[in-house]
Amino acid sequence: MTGVSTATVERPETSAAAPFWDRQRRLGVGVVVIGLLAVVLFGALAPSETARFTLSDDAEGAAFSINGQLGAILFGVIALAAGGVLLAGLWRRFQTSMLSLGILAFVLSFLCWQVAGKFLPLVDTVSGTLELAVPLILGALAGVLGERSGVINVAIEGQFLMGAFFAALVGTMATSVWAGLFSAAVGGVIIAGILAVLAIRYLVDQTVVGIVLNLLALGVTGFLYERLMQPNAQSYNQPPKMPEWRIPGLADIPVVGPVLFDTNLLVWLALILVFVVHFALTRTRWGLRTRAVGEHPTAADTVGIRVRGLRYLNVLLGGLIAGAGGAYFTLVATGSFNKNMTAGAGFIALAALIFGRWTPFGALGAALFFGFAQKLATYLSAVGSPVPSQFLNMLPYLATIVAVAGLVGRVRAPAADGQPYVKS
Amino acid sequence: MANDHIDLTVEPGEVHALLGENGAGKSTLMNQLYGLLQPDEGEILVDGEARTFRSPRDAIAAGIGMVHQHFMLVPVFTVAENIALGSERTRLGFLDRRRARREVLEVSERYGLPCDPDALVENLPVGAQQRVEIVKALTRDVDLLILDEPTAVLTPQETEELLTVMRGLCAAGKSIVFITHKLKEVKAIADRITVIRRGQTVGTATPDTPEDELAALMVGRAVSLEVAKEPAEPGREVLSITGLVVDDDRGVRAVDGVDLTVRAGEVLGIAGVQGNGQTELVEAVMGLRPVRTGSIQVDNEDLTAMSTKQILRSGVGYVPEDRSLDGVVKEFTVAENLVLDQYDREPYGNALRLDSAAVGTKARELVDEFDIRASSTGTAVGTLSGGNQQKVVVAREMSRPLRLFIASQPTRGVDVGSIEFIHGRIVRERDVGTAVLVVSSELDEVVGLADRIAVMYRGKVLAIVPPDTPRDKLGLLMAGITGDAPAAPVFEAGDSPASADEGTE
Repeated sequence: MTGVSTATVERPETSAAAPFWDRQRRLGVGVVVIGLLAVVLFGALAPSETARFTLSDDAEGAAFSINGQLGAILFGVIALAAGGVLLAGLWRRFQTSMLSLGILAFVLSFLCWQVAGKFLPLVDTVSGTLELAVPLILGALAGVLGERSGVINVAIEGQFLMGAFFAALVGTMATSVWAGLFSAAVGGVIIAGILAVLAIRYLVDQTVVGIVLNLLALGVTGFLYERLMQPNAQSYNQPPKMPEWRIPGLADIPVVGPVLFDTNLLVWLALILVFVVHFALTRTRWGLRTRAVGEHPTAADTVGIRVRGLRYLNVLLGGLIAGAGGAYFTLVATGSFNKNMTAGAGFIALAALIFGRWTPFGALGAALFFGFAQKLATYLSAVGSPVPSQFLNMLPYLATIVAVAGLVGRVRAPAADGQPYVKS
Repeated sequence: MANDHIDLTVEPGEVHALLGENGAGKSTLMNQLYGLLQPDEGEILVDGEARTFRSPRDAIAAGIGMVHQHFMLVPVFTVAENIALGSERTRLGFLDRRRARREVLEVSERYGLPCDPDALVENLPVGAQQRVEIVKALTRDVDLLILDEPTAVLTPQETEELLTVMRGLCAAGKSIVFITHKLKEVKAIADRITVIRRGQTVGTATPDTPEDELAALMVGRAVSLEVAKEPAEPGREVLSITGLVVDDDRGVRAVDGVDLTVRAGEVLGIAGVQGNGQTELVEAVMGLRPVRTGSIQVDNEDLTAMSTKQILRSGVGYVPEDRSLDGVVKEFTVAENLVLDQYDREPYGNALRLDSAAVGTKARELVDEFDIRASSTGTAVGTLSGGNQQKVVVAREMSRPLRLFIASQPTRGVDVGSIEFIHGRIVRERDVGTAVLVVSSELDEVVGLADRIAVMYRGKVLAIVPPDTPRDKLGLLMAGITGDAPAAPVFEAGDSPASADEGTE
């Protein structure tokens, strides 16, 4: 016996009541800090010139304009106030609204600083945000389908790449954008199929399989690009671009019109799928069973649900959607395939899935947020802002860490996520 | 082989008890009947017709329902969703939620099983979850209902209610297979009894068969159902817990102001339905869970300031409730598991090396002393039976000089032979002057071992009573009912009466 002979150590008597530093107060500290940052830093750095937010693509027709310095300080004060409310423990019912207000005011303060003396075209920003969000939405939905049924899908990046590659290849050869889109989905399904068989049938660790599949997709598409596409770009790498459809009447609504009703099919597909997956998950037999299989597969088995079959179905459906999301890169964004052109978008989609708490609408919100960050990064580098655009590109990952660390409410994955089902 | 040529016939409207020890093959048999496992040989006849069940779906279609020992409910679903799952009705492709709710209400009313269709299952107490399971089976129009160890998680009162429900179901023409190892319940409800031992049918009996005869049939030899022990001779106060408050994993208060003392040479038993704070109480004592307020002292040393390793080495032995999770490392050998607590100390090893010769010698000693049945000390612990694994844990924890011995569910999933042995060792530990704290959700075990019984309910110690307290009163206490009369006198260790008179069954 070592005989730990320490005398009785006094422990501080903590109160049995709810701790003072509860979640709201801790959030309050964070919001106060960013509010202070906005007032002091943005306020000091912002030139005292007019910041114009315009509806047109040039400096004319400002929908809203404000002195940059004044705006930066004003919105900073609003953020500070929201943080103060949280910190004081007031209005607990409006906790989420206060948090959102604080973050929004912080973003606006930042914008006032950046836009001071310049202009920010609103329509372009919103539609750019949405377009950048499209692949993220589709990728995150693929993740929702797989993970709600209990299969982790880290291979979204690989599915994107295969989708992008197939879209370019088949789209060029068939000179049809629709053939390209269709084969993009098939490309995603190929990766999803390998993932499904290895994870469900052979019980390989799902995260490891996902990462390996990403590398496989990178290698295969990279090789074929160099050997096949690069030498014969004309016949293999010039797919038609996806047409933009304008819906008469609706397209004339300010801001919303050009963004939603003068755009391409993939944007609509992504938005519609968010609703479809949400309602299917919550309201249909398939959805109930999918969630049961992802939460408690044994329980599902004992009422006669084919656990593995349903997981196969969902992972393959996910591959279909992520593959279509990959088509965005070649058929919408650039018009040709390039080696590793998705550049980590699949991982941002994964981040959107987690940040969105494994729900379709959460994923939509997260994807839009990340899309906005990317769009803003492009804008900043275009106007020669002193803020490195890399900072904004880091945002999705930073936000995910914050989400996973449980700072923004509780993030709860499906209980059986990542666990292969073996009958005992 | 888990099942070796078993025959079983269940008549309409009867309660057929399937009696057997842990690991006798009861659940394996029922899983075949329910289509979760496929038999290698033999056939299943339903109403005289041979059927093969490839999945539970086939079994359900044939009118067989099962309530599993570990509930098959999705915690984040509502009651109605859980019941509808697998046989959902849809309207225009969408789930017909209204109809699902109505069905739940209908069935729960018809059979007198109150059940709120909109409650989330994770928020329901265990007894209510079990009702959901039964309603779930009944909505599928089963004729035969299999109940796998249904009373393991219930208070005595809830058990009574369940037995009433079972009688009602039989009156409505349903047959019930009641799997259990509790003799009292079998005698109370069964129309016929089939006893299974080591995968074989060893006999059928009627409910008027005496308990000891049933027990002998179940175990294969005459067994003593009582824990033999002399009256306790309590000495100094060893463990003293005052005003202890502990939270569970979700941050919900689990132990809410507990005061307890355990004296040298006595067994304090903690009775209570699982999930009333017993687990958290013990974990707090062992330094495995942070203490919010209160103090825990062993011979006036404050345990709350020590790490678990320090607590173990200061003379506390600990048998955790979940053997496979916290008690043993399954992949390690018997010998390695026996020195898990002292591997880094002489003579077994030091900071750099492990002396396998010394470990082996010690292991052989303990294997003999504790009658651990393993082919060698180099066998992986995971391959041993539950009883032998538990003996490894008990042997290890008793191999240090102890002041306090804590055992949580010391005989869960353990065969009767090993139960006798482990109980004997616990009593012996008490007799050499160690303070013993036993936590068990098996009331018989607490009553048999304890010199004083503390009943826990919702994180509080409701009463401390002598072991000869009538069972129905203990049952009421476990359900949180203290009664008004001068009930529940605080019973002090000093004036313990002879305790072995109220036998366990």
